[in-house]
Amino acid sequence: MANIPMEHGLLLAGVLFSIGLTGLLVRRNIIFMLLSIEVMLNAAGLAFVVAGSRWGAPDGQVMFMFILAMAAAEVAVGLALVLQMYQKYKTLDVDSASKMRG
Amino acid sequence: MYSLLWLVPTIPLVSFFLLMLVGARLPKKTIAAFGAGSVGISALLALVISFTFMTSPPPQHAYTQVLWTWIGVGNFSPDIAFHLDALSVVMMLVVTVVGFLIHLYSIEFMREEEGYSRFFAYMNLFVSMMLVLVLGSNLVLLYLGWEGVGLCSYLLIGFWYKDPANGRAARKAFVVTRVGDAAMALGLFLLFTQLGTLNIQAILEKASLQWATGSTYATAAAALLLGGAVGKSAQLPLQTWLPDAMAGPSPVSALIHAATMVTAGVYLIARTNILFTLAPPVQLLVAVVGAATLLISGFSALTQRDIKRVLAYSTISQIGYMFLALGVGAYTAAIFHFMTHAFFKALLFLGAGAIIMSMHHEHDMFKMGGLKDKMPVTFWTFLAGSAALAAVPLISAGFYSKDMILWYAWSSKSGGAVLWLVALIGAFITGLYTFRMVFITFWGETKGHIDKLPGKTIKIPLIVLGALAIIGGFVDMPHTLGHFAPFSEFLHSALPEVNAFELGLGTEVLFQLIAAAAALGGIYLAYQLYLKKAIHSREVSRGAVRGAVYRFFFSGWGFDWLYDWIFVKPFLWIARVNKGDVVDAIYTGIAAVSRGLHNLVRRSQDGKVRVYAAGIALGAIITIAIAVFL
Amino acid sequence: MTVVFYLSAAVAIISTVLVITRLHAVHALLYMIISLLAVAIIFYTLGAPFIAALEVIVYAGAIMVLFIFVIMMLNLGHKSVEQERLILRPADWIGPVVLAVVLGAEFFYMVLTGTPQSVTGNPVEPQAVGASLYSTYLLGVELVGMLLLAGLVGAYHLGKKLK
Repeated sequence: MANIPMEHGLLLAGVLFSIGLTGLLVRRNIIFMLLSIEVMLNAAGLAFVVAGSRWGAPDGQVMFMFILAMAAAEVAVGLALVLQMYQKYKTLDVDSASKMRG
Repeated sequence: MYSLLWLVPTIPLVSFFLLMLVGARLPKKTIAAFGAGSVGISALLALVISFTFMTSPPPQHAYTQVLWTWIGVGNFSPDIAFHLDALSVVMMLVVTVVGFLIHLYSIEFMREEEGYSRFFAYMNLFVSMMLVLVLGSNLVLLYLGWEGVGLCSYLLIGFWYKDPANGRAARKAFVVTRVGDAAMALGLFLLFTQLGTLNIQAILEKASLQWATGSTYATAAAALLLGGAVGKSAQLPLQTWLPDAMAGPSPVSALIHAATMVTAGVYLIARTNILFTLAPPVQLLVAVVGAATLLISGFSALTQRDIKRVLAYSTISQIGYMFLALGVGAYTAAIFHFMTHAFFKALLFLGAGAIIMSMHHEHDMFKMGGLKDKMPVTFWTFLAGSAALAAVPLISAGFYSKDMILWYAWSSKSGGAVLWLVALIGAFITGLYTFRMVFITFWGETKGHIDKLPGKTIKIPLIVLGALAIIGGFVDMPHTLGHFAPFSEFLHSALPEVNAFELGLGTEVLFQLIAAAAALGGIYLAYQLYLKKAIHSREVSRGAVRGAVYRFFFSGWGFDWLYDWIFVKPFLWIARVNKGDVVDAIYTGIAAVSRGLHNLVRRSQDGKVRVYAAGIALGAIITIAIAVFL
Repeated sequence: MTVVFYLSAAVAIISTVLVITRLHAVHALLYMIISLLAVAIIFYTLGAPFIAALEVIVYAGAIMVLFIFVIMMLNLGHKSVEQERLILRPADWIGPVVLAVVLGAEFFYMVLTGTPQSVTGNPVEPQAVGASLYSTYLLGVELVGMLLLAGLVGAYHLGKKLK
C-alpha cells in the first residue's frame, strides 16, 4: 500500500485537536462544546491509530476502541445534562447558567 | 487507732460534697448539723488519735498511713499518705478543735445570711484541705492542701460576693498569695530534680546527706520555700492581702486568716527545718522578715479604726514573731506561739464578730464604746484574748509563748541583740494597740445601739477559747518558773532543739522582767491615752507631720501604693499599649495576606466552564513547552 | 493511496473548521459527519479497516444520531440561530485561536524534530485487534464495560424530567 510519512498523520491529528480546542473555547452553546470535544477525542484516536500502523501493531486500534467507548458514554451523560440544563435555564448558553459570583 | 487517721480530713470533705450537692435544699438545722458535726467528729477523732500518740507513741514517734499511690510517672510517684508526728499532732489538734469551735459559733452567726450551706461547705472544705496540708507526707500532697486552703480563702473572703469590693479583696488575696505559691512550686521542682523525691522525710534525710551547709541548692530551695511561706503567712513583702481579707465573715477571719491558714507558712518552715538549717543566710532572712513584719504591722495596727483590721495587722505581727522564732532556730517556740495564737486570735475575731453583729454591722471601734456592761460574756472573753495577745505576764497563754520567742531571740546562737530589741519594741506596741482596742471598744460612753445579744452557740466557743487563751500557756513553763515543759519535750521528737548559749537563770529572769515590763508599759500607755484621756484618732493625727505619719501607718506603710506603682500600674500600661495585641498583628498580617491571595485566586473561579477549559489548555501548552524545550 | 490520504485530510480539516463555525447546530452536525467519514477513510488508508468501519458505524452513526435526537427534542428553531449569532462575537475568537495555534505549533515542532518515520500501510487484521483486545487488554475491556454501564445509568438518571 501507500507509503505515508507518519509525521503527516500525526500532524493531521494535531491540527484536528487544535481546531476542536478552538471550538471548545469559543463556543458558548453547550451542544457545540460537546461536538468540539468529540472532535478532540477523535483526533486523539487518530493519533493512536497512526502510531499503531507505523509498527503494524493492533494496540493503537485497541486504544481507539477504548476512546470510542468513552466518547459514547461521555456523550450520553453530556446530552442528558444538556436536556436538564435546557429545562432549568431555558438556554444552552453555559455562561448564563453559571451561578457562581466570581 | 492510728488507722483512723485518714478519716480526720475525709469526714469534712464528705460533708463538703454533701452540702455542695444538696445543701441548698436542706433546712438550716440539718446544714448546721452536717457542717459543724463533721468537724466535731473530726476533732473527736483527732483528740483520740493524739491521746494515743501521747500515751503510747508509735516507733520513732512517727506514723505514716499510705492510702494509695496518687500519680505514678517514672520515678515520680507521690502517695496519698498521711504522716503523723508530734508537729502534725499539734497542728491537727489546733485545726480541728479551733475549727470545730468556730463552726459552732458560725451556726448562729451566719443564720441570717444567704448561702448558709455554701458557707458551711466552704468551711468544711477548708478544714479538710488544712488537714491535708498538715498531715500530707509528701510535698505534693502538702501543696494540694496549700492550694486548697488558698482556694477556700478566696471563696470565703468573697463570700458576700454581691459587693464588688469583697470580690476585689478576694482576688487580691488570691493573686498575692499566688506569687508566693509560684515560688514554692519552683522550690518543689528544684527539690525533685536535685533529690529525686518529694517525700518530706526522705527529702530531709537526703538533703542533709547530699548538701553541705550553705550550698547553693540548699539556699535556693530554702529561699523558694520561704517565698511560699511569706505569701501564705502574709509576711513582708507579701503581707498586703491580709488586711483586705477581712472582707469575709468574722468566723472566716478567725479560722482562716488568724488561727490556721496563715500559719501554714510557719508549719512549712518548721516541717522542712533541716533545709533551713542547711541554708544559714535564708534562716537569717526568715528572722529578719519576721522582725521587720512584726514591727511594721504593729505600727499599722496602732492607727486602724476598723476593729477587724486591728486584729488583722496584729495577726501579721504575731506571725512575724513566729517567723522570728523559726529564724533563730526556736522551732518549738514558733509552734507554741502558733498554738496559743490560734486560741486567742480566734477568740478575738469571734468576739469582734459578736460585737459587730450586735452593733448592726458596725466595724468602726470609735462608734462602739461602753460595751463592758452590755455584753459581759463577750467582754470578759475578749479581755482574756487581749491579755494573751498583749502577753500579760503569768496569767495569759500569750506571755509564755512570746516570752520564749523573746528569750531565744537573744540567747540563740543565730539570734542577737537587734532581733531581740525589735521583738521587745513589738511587744510594747502589741500591748499598746491591743488595749487601745479594748479601751475604745468596751469603756467610755456608749455610742452605738445594740440590736441583739449573742446566743448560746456564740457564747460557748468564746468561753472555751477564753479558757484556752488563759491556760493554753501552762503546758510549757519557762525554766525560771519550775521545770515543766511537756509541750517542748513532746515536740522535740519532731523538731530540733534550739542551739542556744547557756546564760543562766539570772539572765533569763532579767529578760523576762524586761519583756513583762514592755508589755505592761504598752498597756499602761494605752490606759493613759485612751481611757484616762479618751482621745480620738483624729486628735492623734492632728498636725501636718503627725498626720502624714498617721496616714503612712494607717495605709500599712504604703505597701499597697508601692505595689500599685511597681506592678499594677506598669502592668495596666502594658495592657493598654497591647490592647490591639501587638503580637497578634503578625497573625492578622498573615491572615490579610492569605485573604489577598485568596481574592486573587478567586478571580479565576468564575464558574465559566470555558475559562476553566482555557486554563487546562494553557497548562497543557506550558507543560509541553517545558517538556519539549527544556 | 497517498493521494487519497491527503485529500481526505484536507476534507477533514475543512469540514472540522466548518463544524465549529456554524451557527445552526444541524449544519454543524452534518459537517461533523463529513469530517468523521473523512477520518474513516484515513483509517482505511493507514491499514485499519476495522477501525474505519467502527468510525462510520459508532461515531458517524450512533453518536451523531444521539446529537440529532437531542437537538430535535429541544426543538431549536431560528431563534436559537439568532441567539448564537448574538453570543458568538468575532472578538471572542482571538484568545482561543492564539492558544490553539500555539498548541498546534508545539505539536508541529515535536513531530517534525523527530526522526522521519513512514507508515507501511499494511493492514492490521481485525482478528489481530480482537485477539489483543481479549488478551492483553482484557482488564481495559472490563473497565470500559463498567464505564459504559455508569454512562447508561447516569444518562438515565439525568435524563428524567425535573420535578
